[in-house]
Amino acid sequence: MSIQVRGLTKRFGSFVALDDVDLTVRSGTLTALLGPSGGGKTTLLRVVAGLEQADAGTVVIDDRDATRVPARRRDVGFVFQHYAPFGHLSVARNVAFGLEIRKRPKAEIAARVDELLHLVHLEAFADRLPSELSGGQRQRMALARALAVEPKVLLLDEPFGALDATVRKELRQWLRRLHDEVHVTTVFVTHDQAEALEVADEIVVVNGGRVEQVGTPDEIYDRPANEFVMRFLGPTTALGGGLVRPHDVEVLGSAEPGAVEAEVGSLRRVGFEARLVAHVPGSGDVDVLGSRSDPALRDLRPGDRVWLRAVGPVVDPSPPVPDAEGSEAAAPGEPVGVAASSRAPVRGGVPA
Amino acid sequence: MAETTTAAPVGERRTGRRVVRTLVVAYVGVLVVLPLGVLVWRTFKPGLGAFVTAVTDPLAVHAFRMTGEVALVSVALTTVFGTVAAFLITRSGLPGMRILDALLGLPVSVSPIVVGLALILVYGSTGWFGPALESLGLQVILSVPGMVLATMFVSMPLVTRAVAPVLVARGTDQEQAAESLGASAPVRFWRITLPGIRTALVTGVVLALARSIGEYGAVLVVSGNVQGQTETATLRVDTLYQTLLQPDAAYAVTFVLVAVAILTIVATSLLRRSQGGTR
Repeated sequence: MSIQVRGLTKRFGSFVALDDVDLTVRSGTLTALLGPSGGGKTTLLRVVAGLEQADAGTVVIDDRDATRVPARRRDVGFVFQHYAPFGHLSVARNVAFGLEIRKRPKAEIAARVDELLHLVHLEAFADRLPSELSGGQRQRMALARALAVEPKVLLLDEPFGALDATVRKELRQWLRRLHDEVHVTTVFVTHDQAEALEVADEIVVVNGGRVEQVGTPDEIYDRPANEFVMRFLGPTTALGGGLVRPHDVEVLGSAEPGAVEAEVGSLRRVGFEARLVAHVPGSGDVDVLGSRSDPALRDLRPGDRVWLRAVGPVVDPSPPVPDAEGSEAAAPGEPVGVAASSRAPVRGGVPA
Repeated sequence: MAETTTAAPVGERRTGRRVVRTLVVAYVGVLVVLPLGVLVWRTFKPGLGAFVTAVTDPLAVHAFRMTGEVALVSVALTTVFGTVAAFLITRSGLPGMRILDALLGLPVSVSPIVVGLALILVYGSTGWFGPALESLGLQVILSVPGMVLATMFVSMPLVTRAVAPVLVARGTDQEQAAESLGASAPVRFWRITLPGIRTALVTGVVLALARSIGEYGAVLVVSGNVQGQTETATLRVDTLYQTLLQPDAAYAVTFVLVAVAILTIVATSLLRRSQGGTR
């Protein structure tokens, strides 16, 4: 069951949360909406769910126009960041809620609840109250509840944001396995790039109410469309007027075509990493990341002369925007104002 | 509170707690238990027969009935309006809700006499709406409708102030979840919202009931305190004690009021426990 969003715009007062957003989510995929806080990804998700109404644009779910359809008739499952459990109902009654509303026969409801509790490994907790469950268990219950009515689409709003790091990692894997079993078109919102890279089939990078890039985890990471995507997805360093990943910088002992001369500033070994900071005269510092045993880095001393060359994708920093604050694009985590450059969302990004 | 490294040693803390406990027990004893005990003793000192006579006196019976009628009607209306007000204030997003919230709190902050007088000014025969209503055959002041209004005014904030914080604390997440699962607005209210505020609502209603039974000042002013017509039990106690100088009968009526109050509290706490109130 695919989702198609066209020209979606949403304002809260004078703040533009979504700015003419186009997006297609293919049926059966597990897609991540990734971006910094305040960037519009949760708003986008909620508009698709019908929990918010857009000011302009259309939402098409499963080839049917759902733009004016109220949330309760969109057949969309939603999981909230703080689980939204029905505190006065047992786990089983929570999961059964959607089916009870649809007046299904009791036997059918009982069977389906059983099946789902089994799926999420909460069979032993059927008669407990949500307040007696841990965070991770509550989230699994929320998932079972959303899946009970066999929705066309499953939407999750930062589903693991309220959980501690270990549980988050476990549930991430678990969500991936669940999706492989159940195959519902799933979209989840996250600000954690590791989560998106690890779990999703496809990533949509959302920032400042716009889609920056759509692609597979590899495409997004290896071929970022612009500086924002590159910075948000991982560490960057500036070399030769462009942005490159520290682990994509080759350290050479002699001058070669395309290499920039630099002086070794410091070399630190942290665990299995070797972190080199080299200074390019007339420019700035370059971060280089290699492995501890890398022969090119092993014998370097501060003050040594080296040549640095990018062996991975290089992205041009964004041209300065007239009304932006300074000439750099926002660092990951900073909300970007409405006055962004008119970059159209690019599929695939810069060719390697 | 986090304990700092300069916390009192265990023995001192235990003594501190004992002192606090003693103070609380003394407070409850002096202000509640002692007067109640004296009341019970004094009520039955003239004997059970005298008690029954006083309580079955036609004017006393009428007063009890007045209290019952006014309190029940007022609580029923207060529950509805108070809950609606709580929803309006916390969830409607309409302009002016903060003013409404402040206005609703007024009857609790001002003297009940003022409430009664205000009602007379508006609905009395020389008031704003009084003549118009009277020409329609509706007498508000010096009659039951006025007494109900007065009692409602002073008890509605109790319901609103009990329900509103719970609505704010819960937020609308659960209702949104229910909506995404296919629930229409009435279903969401009945199955999700109402159960969620049930305990707070019961608390508010009990407080409103206690207030309605015990209301004196506002009802005194509005009703004119006419024996056998608009005299409630609380007003009756005052009449018996101050005017008719029949302290024994006054104590008897008071005892009944206190007994009803205690029964209400017991009933509520049983209700709460059966709903799993501690969960």
